[in-house]
Amino acid sequence: MTEIILRSLYVSGSALLLAALIGLPLGTALALGRFPLRRTAATLVYAGLALPPVVVGLAVYLLLSRSGPLGGLELIYSPPAMILAQALIATPYVAAITMAAVESVGPDVRLQARALGATPLQALLLHLREVRGSLVAALAAGFGAVISEVGAVMMVGGNVLGETRVMTTAIVLETRRGNFGLAIALGGVLLAIAFTVNAVLLALSRQSERRLFPS
Amino acid sequence: MSELLAAGKLEVRYHGRRVLDVEELTLCEGELLAVLGPNGAGKTTLMRVLSMLEKPQSGWVRYRDWTGAEAERALRRDAAVVFQRSHLWAGSVGYNVGLGLRLRRAGNNEMAERVHTACTALGIEDLIERDVANLSGGEAQRVAVARALILEPELLFLDEPTANLDAEVRAAFREDLARLTRSTVRGTLLITHDRAEAFYLADRVAVLKEGRLIQVGTPSDLYENPADPYIAEVTGAEFTLSGRVVGREDGLLLVDSGGVQLLSLGAAPDGADVRLAYRPEDLVLADEPRESSARNRFEASVTEVRPVGGLVRVRLDGPPGVVAVITRSSAEALGVRPGSRVTVHVKATALHAFPI
Repeated sequence: MTEIILRSLYVSGSALLLAALIGLPLGTALALGRFPLRRTAATLVYAGLALPPVVVGLAVYLLLSRSGPLGGLELIYSPPAMILAQALIATPYVAAITMAAVESVGPDVRLQARALGATPLQALLLHLREVRGSLVAALAAGFGAVISEVGAVMMVGGNVLGETRVMTTAIVLETRRGNFGLAIALGGVLLAIAFTVNAVLLALSRQSERRLFPS
Repeated sequence: MSELLAAGKLEVRYHGRRVLDVEELTLCEGELLAVLGPNGAGKTTLMRVLSMLEKPQSGWVRYRDWTGAEAERALRRDAAVVFQRSHLWAGSVGYNVGLGLRLRRAGNNEMAERVHTACTALGIEDLIERDVANLSGGEAQRVAVARALILEPELLFLDEPTANLDAEVRAAFREDLARLTRSTVRGTLLITHDRAEAFYLADRVAVLKEGRLIQVGTPSDLYENPADPYIAEVTGAEFTLSGRVVGREDGLLLVDSGGVQLLSLGAAPDGADVRLAYRPEDLVLADEPRESSARNRFEASVTEVRPVGGLVRVRLDGPPGVVAVITRSSAEALGVRPGSRVTVHVKATALHAFPI
């Protein structure tokens, strides 16, 4: 059971890391950038929030299956495949919330930072500092979306004991087997992890609110 | 005085609409130049362009001997800007005041010392540890000024620094600005719509209206020779008199106003309808005609007497609608009351005719 819990944390944590590496810059660029198709890209990111995990699982399966374009990598039914699928699910959450947060501050913040002598990069970081609470919330939302997800990891991981079985797939399996005690225990741990991680992240986010004078 | 900052041929358009069209403007070493104008005149845009935080569609800005990217780099190093709505970053007063130094990678000890000095200069040394969320409007604006002055800028840009403060705080804050801008910076550009602030603080005032500079000069220049009715108005003139140009005398216009002929400064063709700008305090009332250097003199009846603080505002019906402001003691000595007759003396140079 410990192994399953640790694997869940490893897969979802890695997926969140990937989603953060893509979603935070993407959301920032969509909020601040002025480039062609920006609105279209933003709409796609928001649409990504409604992406069914099983559809993501299917896409990743087709990509990584032996006959798929990346089949040669032999990643199907492995944790990296699960990480990829979960990262695709989490990225729209991270990007969309980041975009909304960064847009909420307005360009004057960077202008005022520039007026204090900030380089363009320093001005951007000072802008992001003002919404760091919301950025943490974006990560919390992304983590919440993937730690409890079952469809995609089942499809691309295969629920192989000792290799790709995570808490959600184990709960499905044990319930089918009638091992309700174990399923409930795993469910309790999953809930505890989800609540704890979100509570910590959201507590961090509440510490920093944007302050503008005068409002 | 040598030139510190200069700009010319500036043009800024937003969505095709021209919001700034400035032929030339210079800020000299040691000078406080106020840019005065009504809301929407383009003052903030002008400040952003002069501080090189915004690029104009055309025109140039020169800081000392630098132009273009060199000037921009030098301004980011040497200039500080206080915005009308200063953004304070989440954190303490100390963090915000020291932010510019932090960006310049100053050491912690140096930063702490300079933060304390800057806060003391602005009278907010007791607030250094306080979260900026718990500041009053006046305190927050002092933090913004301290954050600018800690950088020891050569050039200071102030955009309506007192606009969001209540009257009492504003007066004290204005005094601090007068002291600090004289003692620490080489040149200050003050953006304001408050004429009292501009005339109190500035060496020269540039009046901006609808994106164009309509007059640049010392407060006395503007007071004595307003180039535009708006400037006459902001220097305290009233426009309750109107008339028609009927001739000229010694370079002055002769204006007929309700049957009374008045000599006035101004430029208008014969037969033109004009408004006469004048300051009510420039009208001298007497109970009978007396020797005076004033070239305009007429009889009038008092129609209304209204005390305003220590002064009395007297409405007359010589030329219709003319108003004088005299002291309470003068009003008592003259026995001014509705219906009484007075003689009004007013210098030709106190009247400025503007074509309607």
